[in-house]
Amino acid sequence: MTSAAVPQGRRPKSFDQGRLIVYGVLLLASLFFLIPLWVMLMTAFKSMAEIREGQILYWPQHFTVDAWFKAWSSACTGLTCDGVRVGFWNSVRILIPSVILSIALGGLTGYAMTFYRVPGANFLFAILLIGAFIPYQVFIYPMVRVFSMIGIYDSLTGIVVVHIIFGLSLMTLLFRNYFSALPIELFNAARVDGAGFFTILRHVILPMSAPIIIVATILQVTGIWNDFILGLTFAGRANRPMTVLLNNIVNSTQGEAAYDVDMAATILTALLPLAVYFASGRWFVRGVAAGAVKG
Amino acid sequence: MSAVSVRDIGVEFGGLAVIENLSIDIREGEFIVLLGPSGCGKSTLLNGIAGLLDVSRGQIWIGGKNVTWTEPKDRGIGMVFQSYSLYPRMSVEENLSFGLRIAGTPKTEVAARVGRAAKMLHLEPLLRRKPSELSGGQRQRVAIGRALVRNCDVFLFDEPLSNLDAKLRNELRIEIKKLHQGIGNTMIYVTHDQVEALTLADRIAVMKSGVIQQFASPRDIYHKPANLFVAGFIGSPAMNMIEGSIAKSGGAVVFQCQASVVDLSRYEFSRPAPTGTVVLGVRPEHIGLGPAPTSQSGGRGKVTLIEPMGGETVVWTEFAGRPLVIKTDGEVDFALGDTIDFHFDPARASVFDAASDERV
Repeated sequence: MTSAAVPQGRRPKSFDQGRLIVYGVLLLASLFFLIPLWVMLMTAFKSMAEIREGQILYWPQHFTVDAWFKAWSSACTGLTCDGVRVGFWNSVRILIPSVILSIALGGLTGYAMTFYRVPGANFLFAILLIGAFIPYQVFIYPMVRVFSMIGIYDSLTGIVVVHIIFGLSLMTLLFRNYFSALPIELFNAARVDGAGFFTILRHVILPMSAPIIIVATILQVTGIWNDFILGLTFAGRANRPMTVLLNNIVNSTQGEAAYDVDMAATILTALLPLAVYFASGRWFVRGVAAGAVKG
Repeated sequence: MSAVSVRDIGVEFGGLAVIENLSIDIREGEFIVLLGPSGCGKSTLLNGIAGLLDVSRGQIWIGGKNVTWTEPKDRGIGMVFQSYSLYPRMSVEENLSFGLRIAGTPKTEVAARVGRAAKMLHLEPLLRRKPSELSGGQRQRVAIGRALVRNCDVFLFDEPLSNLDAKLRNELRIEIKKLHQGIGNTMIYVTHDQVEALTLADRIAVMKSGVIQQFASPRDIYHKPANLFVAGFIGSPAMNMIEGSIAKSGGAVVFQCQASVVDLSRYEFSRPAPTGTVVLGVRPEHIGLGPAPTSQSGGRGKVTLIEPMGGETVVWTEFAGRPLVIKTDGEVDFALGDTIDFHFDPARASVFDAASDERV
């Protein structure tokens, strides 16, 4: 007999080759995704003279925040030179009503489709799903025509309505899947108790919906904030969102490209979705998984 | 005035008829159990009575009113579900009072009724808790309380004990029975558990494929099953079914199966004995050990399997070439291969026509 330990109690931890490979791959993958962010941050804190040297991975020799101030308040976006600041507030004004209304409407539709067996509910749902998969560029021209006909083209209302419409299919899908996982008996119990459509929604279903509302908020906030083409097309000059202004800053430079300002403006624009992910990653993963399993 | 009458209803799911032409009359204050295997339509019938499901045909009357098109809340019913279905974000008290609050009942009245129900169901120390902080049994008591608070005429139970463990199930079963004795409301109770059905019901409706097979007292259901399905569904271990034929022997009607003959002259036929194949049904506990006294029938066989169950022992042997199950006292000692004598009283047996499955 060898002197190997008799197996008893807790199995000893082992660090084998397989695990080494897993960690190695994970490390490489993180580097791959982090390097662009690193380059952007470094560039944004360098002076143009230093950028010209082309050492994009190096730490700045002379640390400067000029580019950030410039990007925020004085970079030129075509004819005006007010930075991305204006766009930030425009984006906020577009974001808040769009997020609230699209979630409210999607939640309501999902609720009605789950608990009220509307005739043809499955057909309606299939149409909504198709809507989620057709590239929305297809709809842009007809929508421009319709919107200008009813007089909401080139306005805050217009862009909010567009976001609600395009968010509706995903929001409905999300809420319907979440509600389908709730026991129908709960809904029936409330019906026997005498509650109606909105009473059940408000007192029974909504109090249980916090996780999915958080997920929907994350999806909509990041989606609407990152939108470019809809904002460009529907919002009008007065309400151009931050992404549109960022594009104008980057593309309308005369002469030498101001990489420092471009990078700073990009990071400023991406800051809100980044913050949302960091603050709510746990919820996000949970919600997406919940939606995926209950397909 | 809280009798329930279901008249000739039909229920369809997407064109598929689950229930066709079903009628059942329930007297005021009766405790009715709808019993059957899963998919037999018992829950569908209950949901139809509750109004959670639209019937495609027929009428439903509760308390002398035609409620066929009435919303669940206006039918004077309270319902208890299998999954408790308590509102998870409300406290026990809020759960109990929800229906009253949304109906705009005055606060003092709400408090009084909640207090009464809580007292009746021993929920007073739990009123501030959330459902997630309760055990399964406590949750189901809250669910019953929710029906109680609404002062409804008819209580509907949809497999209320199925999610509980065996011990709690027994306790709560007794509580439900006491509750019925205390308040005397009409109760309709769906279950697939025959013990619940037999212990709780004034009358049991045994269902299969959307059709009521027999609607009778637990005693009749058990001792005089109307057909082979009821006979086989009720009782554990299941009734022994022996196929054979009816013959006349010296003026007496006898049951014949291979070499064995059972004298049926003391059996009460409900209709003339059929001439074709019949099935003789004998309950395992109606079979005694030892040689048959006169007036009883019996046989002898080898022990093939023994299932000790504590208080009783189930012994498998053979009769007329078929397995025969005998339920006997737990203290009797057997060994596999023993030869035993057994006997049973034909008057307590059941005879079914094999062609129609009906009791004769």
